Amino acid sequence: MSTETLSLSRAMNEGLRKAMENDPKVVVMGEDVGKLGGVFRVTDGLQKDFGENRVIDTPLAESGIVGTAIGLALRGYRPVCEIQFDGFVFPAFNQITSQLAKMRMRSLGTLELPVVIRIPFGGGIGAVEHHSESPEAYFTHTGGLRVVSCSNPSDAYTMIQQAISCPDPVIFFEPKRRYWDKAPVDFDLANAAPFEQAVVAREGTDATLLAYGPMVKTCLEAAQADEDRSIEVVDIRSLNPLDEATVLESVRKTGRCVVVHEAPVFSGYGAELAARITEKAFYHLEAPVLRVGGFSTPYPPSRLEDHYLPDLDRVLDAVDRTFAW
Amino acid sequence: MTVDAARGAPLGTVAEPPPELVQLLTPEGERVEHPDYDVDLTADEIKGLYRDLVIVRRLDAEALALTRQGELGVWASLLGQEAAQIGSGRALRPTDMAFPSYREHGVAWCRDVDPVKVLGLFRGVNHAGWDPKEHRFHLYTIVIGSQTLHATGYAMGIQRDGVEDAAIVYFGDGATSEGDVNESFVWSAAQNAPIVFFCQNNQWAISEPLERQSRIPLYRRAEGFGFPGVRVDGNDVFACLAVTKKALDNARSGQGPTLIEAFTYRMGAHTTTDDPTRYRLQAELEAWKLKDPIERVKAYLVKSQMADKEFFDAIDAEAKAVGSDLRRRCLELPDPEATAIWDNVYATEHSLLAAERAQFTSYLGSFEEVSR
Repeated sequence: MSTETLSLSRAMNEGLRKAMENDPKVVVMGEDVGKLGGVFRVTDGLQKDFGENRVIDTPLAESGIVGTAIGLALRGYRPVCEIQFDGFVFPAFNQITSQLAKMRMRSLGTLELPVVIRIPFGGGIGAVEHHSESPEAYFTHTGGLRVVSCSNPSDAYTMIQQAISCPDPVIFFEPKRRYWDKAPVDFDLANAAPFEQAVVAREGTDATLLAYGPMVKTCLEAAQADEDRSIEVVDIRSLNPLDEATVLESVRKTGRCVVVHEAPVFSGYGAELAARITEKAFYHLEAPVLRVGGFSTPYPPSRLEDHYLPDLDRVLDAVDRTFAW
Repeated sequence: MTVDAARGAPLGTVAEPPPELVQLLTPEGERVEHPDYDVDLTADEIKGLYRDLVIVRRLDAEALALTRQGELGVWASLLGQEAAQIGSGRALRPTDMAFPSYREHGVAWCRDVDPVKVLGLFRGVNHAGWDPKEHRFHLYTIVIGSQTLHATGYAMGIQRDGVEDAAIVYFGDGATSEGDVNESFVWSAAQNAPIVFFCQNNQWAISEPLERQSRIPLYRRAEGFGFPGVRVDGNDVFACLAVTKKALDNARSGQGPTLIEAFTYRMGAHTTTDDPTRYRLQAELEAWKLKDPIERVKAYLVKSQMADKEFFDAIDAEAKAVGSDLRRRCLELPDPEATAIWDNVYATEHSLLAAERAQFTSYLGSFEEVSR
């Protein structure tokens, strides 16, 4: 059987397991990834099956997690680091942006850094502060890194394996509020989309919604709810490099575009999308590209997060505004 | 606890006895015994160390001159730290891996890195011109202390490979305040990683003296992390060799990390952009000149009649030739092509970079069109 219905967390787990089986150099490391199986159970059972040398419960030091992963990679290993929550990645920021991202270029291509950094990201789970953030733009802004995000269990299973086999460092954003969503997972990698390709998650003709990670589901629900207009949803998947062709093809077809992410709109990833679309599809546009996202504030206390996070209504409100133009 | 407001240092630390300093060769060139450390070197090996010391000092002087003449953007001189670097560098086996900071030109020499490749970074033609895997000598790391974690991870890899290699990582007294250095201490201790932490305490982190970083001798930090620390005379090449060798052997035999504090002195400025007369006294420099790392080896070679004037003249001539050769090849280093900006950023094709590169190439081409 090549498909099975799994939660996104479980699909990640199966993907990691597969990668570890295929390559003895793959090691998993992070806080609580061993016996506990990670706070989201993504690494559940891996230490039991692959041992403590390959599934490493690390000291509570994020810079150390990424810094030692770099060292392991220099020795020929393929480390997969878990940063427990989005807001905890910043102690590792220097190691990621100044060391990991640049090392290949600095070595004139003699060093390879196949390091994957998994980061559960985004809000919507009622968590305390520093547990609901969307820091992707900090990383898409840094040359030398690949940045991806999966939105569904099947992509979780395939994309984590593609990330691990990638010779470049990959920041892998996991939509934490979707960890427990279930969907069929196709185990045949031959059926998977290429790693850096965006996919049309829902076809439509009147407007394009661009999203990645947790907002793909929100956009699909919004598109479904709009009975008057035919809305296309593109799952960006690879934020850097961006699959510009798929995005532009969709926008040229529909003439209207709304970008949706949880991160603050100002200087966010959506600004890059809007600028590129304006440069390259200007005469196809019926309205300016609009953006829906978080506000230009620190992430609010969780009782306010429903206002902060884009939801179906805010997405459709933006769609209405593009049609009112 | 009271604090001397003028100096900011806590009172009460001055009464401590001076720390043990492992020394095998005094500044006067006398061989002395130490209960825990010794070296067994032939006359040729000692002469080899002397040659290393003299040549790296000459290379350093040449690089300094090249900077003064505008051929290098900046230079971080190793003057005064030759023994710490040659002693530790020569303790390494070929399969060991060294992670330098940015002043380890002497260790680079020991790892057979062509000195002109070290200049590439300071001339601005690349960020590092050598192959770290070929030389087992990693790239220079400029963000202070970051490399200690890379070395720790590398040592964890050695452990997993089940071989008897070791990693050594170089950093300075200032770096001991960095979080990454402390995380690497925690980490390597918990993992029992085969690593040697080689701290060159050259007394000054640019303008900040050691008491701005620590209220205890640096080697004693190790105890709190659960592994041995030792202070060695950093201007004594024999002692640095002996102490590093032992620490590497301990690492290889599963005894985990060691912190070595090589007590030395930065005779020059932090870099060519620095002016040490603003923050330290000439008298301090004069006192350290009496402990010069090269003079004591020379004195020992003369006293023990291992070398004569002919030998010293030959080494001086060789050093001069190596220096001239470095100068010539530095001046010949070509500026990279503009498109090198996009080279080697990713291992795999990257659509954005490919587009930028093509666009910029076409832009440059437009100037040629006009000039025709």
